[in-house]
Amino acid sequence: MLDRARPSAAAATASAGSAASRDWVEKYGLLILAVLLLAVLPLSLSVFRLGLAAKYLSLAFCAVGIVLIWGYGGILSLGQGAFFGLGSYMMAMFLKLESTSADSSAQALSSFFGSTLPDFMVWNSVETLPWWWEPFHHVWFTIPAILLLPPVLAFVLAYANFRKRVGGVYFSIITLSLSAIMSIVIIGQQGVTGGVNGINDFRTFMGINLDTDTAKLTMYFVTCVLLLLCVAAGTFILRSRLGKVLVAIRDKEDRVRFSGYDPALFKAFIFAVAALFSSIGGAMFTIQVGLASPSLVGIQPSIEMVIYAAVGGRLSLIGAVYGAVLVGSAKTFFSENFVQYWLYFIGGLFIFVVMLLPDGLAGLLGRMRNRVHTKQEADKPTAQAQPVGSTGIAK
Amino acid sequence: MSELILSVEDLTVSFDGFKAVDGLNFYVEKDELRCVIGPNGAGKTTLLDMICGKTKPSGGAVRFKNYNLTGMIEYQITRVGVGRKFQTPSVYEDLTVQENLEISYPKRRGIVGSLFFKREQELLKKVDQVAEQIFLHEVLRHKAGQLSHGQKQWLEIGMLLMQDPELLLLDEPVAGMSAREREQTADLLNRISKGRSIVVIEHDMAFVRMIAHKVTVLHQAEGSMDQVQSDERVIDVYLGH
Repeated sequence: MLDRARPSAAAATASAGSAASRDWVEKYGLLILAVLLLAVLPLSLSVFRLGLAAKYLSLAFCAVGIVLIWGYGGILSLGQGAFFGLGSYMMAMFLKLESTSADSSAQALSSFFGSTLPDFMVWNSVETLPWWWEPFHHVWFTIPAILLLPPVLAFVLAYANFRKRVGGVYFSIITLSLSAIMSIVIIGQQGVTGGVNGINDFRTFMGINLDTDTAKLTMYFVTCVLLLLCVAAGTFILRSRLGKVLVAIRDKEDRVRFSGYDPALFKAFIFAVAALFSSIGGAMFTIQVGLASPSLVGIQPSIEMVIYAAVGGRLSLIGAVYGAVLVGSAKTFFSENFVQYWLYFIGGLFIFVVMLLPDGLAGLLGRMRNRVHTKQEADKPTAQAQPVGSTGIAK
Repeated sequence: MSELILSVEDLTVSFDGFKAVDGLNFYVEKDELRCVIGPNGAGKTTLLDMICGKTKPSGGAVRFKNYNLTGMIEYQITRVGVGRKFQTPSVYEDLTVQENLEISYPKRRGIVGSLFFKREQELLKKVDQVAEQIFLHEVLRHKAGQLSHGQKQWLEIGMLLMQDPELLLLDEPVAGMSAREREQTADLLNRISKGRSIVVIEHDMAFVRMIAHKVTVLHQAEGSMDQVQSDERVIDVYLGH
C-alpha cells in the first residue's frame, strides 16, 4: 500500500507546481494584458492598425465566454456568433437610426414616406419603420437591450434543453442551428435587416463623430476596459464556489445532482454569461468597424470563435484574448496576401492545437514554467523530499 | 418498534419488460444500520437507485420521513436528507479533496448563493473534522484524481458526511479495499451511524459481520445476522454450502 501511495505523492507535487504556475499566470496575466492593451498597443500602432486590433478584441469577448462554457462548463457552443450578432445588430439599428435622422437627404425623403427610413429600407421599398425598430431610437433602450436580451434568450434556451437533459453533442448541434437560423433570417429579410450587405454607413454615436481619430481611440479604450472587466468577472466566477460546481458538472454531471445541485441551472447561467460577453463584443465591433453583417453571425464565424479559445487555451480566460488577437491577425495577414489558403490554414491550425496543444498557448506557457520550476526544485534537494501523500494506511 | 425513516412499499421496476424489482417492501428505522445482501441481479443497486431518484420506479411508493420520494428528482431528494454513495467511487477528480468536501456542504446551493459563497469558520471546521474521520486529513490539498481507489471510496463517504444526511445509502463501500482498509471502514461506519440511518449493500460477508445489526437478503426475508447465516434458504441462494 505504501508503494501505491508513493507515485500519487509524486504526481501531487507536480500538480502543486502547475497550480503554482497557474496562480502566477492568473495573478500577473491580467495586469500584463492590461498594460499591453492600454499602453503598449496604442503607443506602437497606427490608428489604422489599432482599428484592426479593436476588431479582434471585439471577437475576443466571444472567446472569453467560450472558455467559461466550454473549458469549465463542458458545453461546446457553436452558436456564439448568434449572440455576437444580436449585440451587433442592436447597436447597428441604433446607429443607423441616429445617422438617418441627422442626414439631410434622408429627411427630404422622409417627407415623402412620412417617417425617416434607413436607406436600405428605402431601396427595398419598405414604407414604414417596423415596430421593433422603433425603440432603438433611444440609447437608454438600446444599451440595456444589448446587455439583457441575449443573456435572457440564452438562459431560456439553455435551461429548457438542460432541464430535459439534452446536452453534449446534441446541444452543440442546437447552437449550431441557432447561428445558422439567425444568418438565414437576416439574409432572407433584406428589407428590414439589410440582408447580405448588413447594416453600415454610420456617422455618429450620441452626437460624436465616429470618423475622428479621437473617437476611434476612445472606442478602443472603452473596448479594452470592457474586455478586461469581462475577464475579471470570469475569473471571479471561476474562483467562486460556482466555478468549482461548474468543473464538477463538466466532469461528473450525474454525481453533482446527488450533491444537491441542479446542474441545468448552473449550465444555463454560465451559458447566459457567455452570451452577455458575446453581445457586448458584437456591439463594440459594430461601433468600431461600422458594420453589422450576417457574415459574422453564421456557422463559420461561430466556429472560428471556438478556434480562438482553443488556440489561446480553453482553460485560460486571458489566453482566449491572445488567441483571438493572434488568429485574427493571422487571418488579416493571409487574406491580404494569399486569400485562397486562409481556410486551409485555420483548419490546419485547429487540428494542430487539438492534437498537440490541448491546453493551447496558456498550457504551453504553464508547461514551460513547470519545467523551469521542477529544475529549480531538483537543484534544491531537501525542500520537497518528504512524502506528501502519507495516508491513514501508511502510518 | 421505533420510528420508521424509510418505507418502500410494493416497489416495482421493469427494464424492457424484465422486472428487476418486483413488489418489494423494505423498511428502515431511525438510527438503524442495515445491510442488504443478495445474489447478483437481485436488484440491490436498483433499489438504492430508486430511493435516491436515479431510476424511476414503475410502481409502488418510496416514503422518506414525510416526503414522497417517487415524485421528486435527484437534487431535491438529496436536499431533504438522503445521501448516496455509488458502487464505483465517484468523486470530482479535477478538484482537490478539500474542494470536494466543500462542494458537498449543504448550504447555498443556488446560483447567487454559490457565486458569493464565503468560507465560514463553521465550514472549515466541518471539513477538518470530516477529513480526520475519513483518514484524508493530510491529503486535503491533493487532487481527488490522485487518490488510491480506497481513498476515493473514503472521500465519497466524506462528501456524504458533509451533507449530513439522515439516511445514507452506501453501495459496496469496501469494494477494492485491502483487509486493513476494510477494518478501518467498518470502524468508520460504526462511528458515523450514530444519529443517522445507513443502508449498506455489500458482498463481503466478513465485512457485513463487522457492522450489521440487521440484514436484509434481497430474494426475500430478513433477520438478525445469526439467523441469516444459518438460514437454509440464504445458504442456498447466496452463501453457498
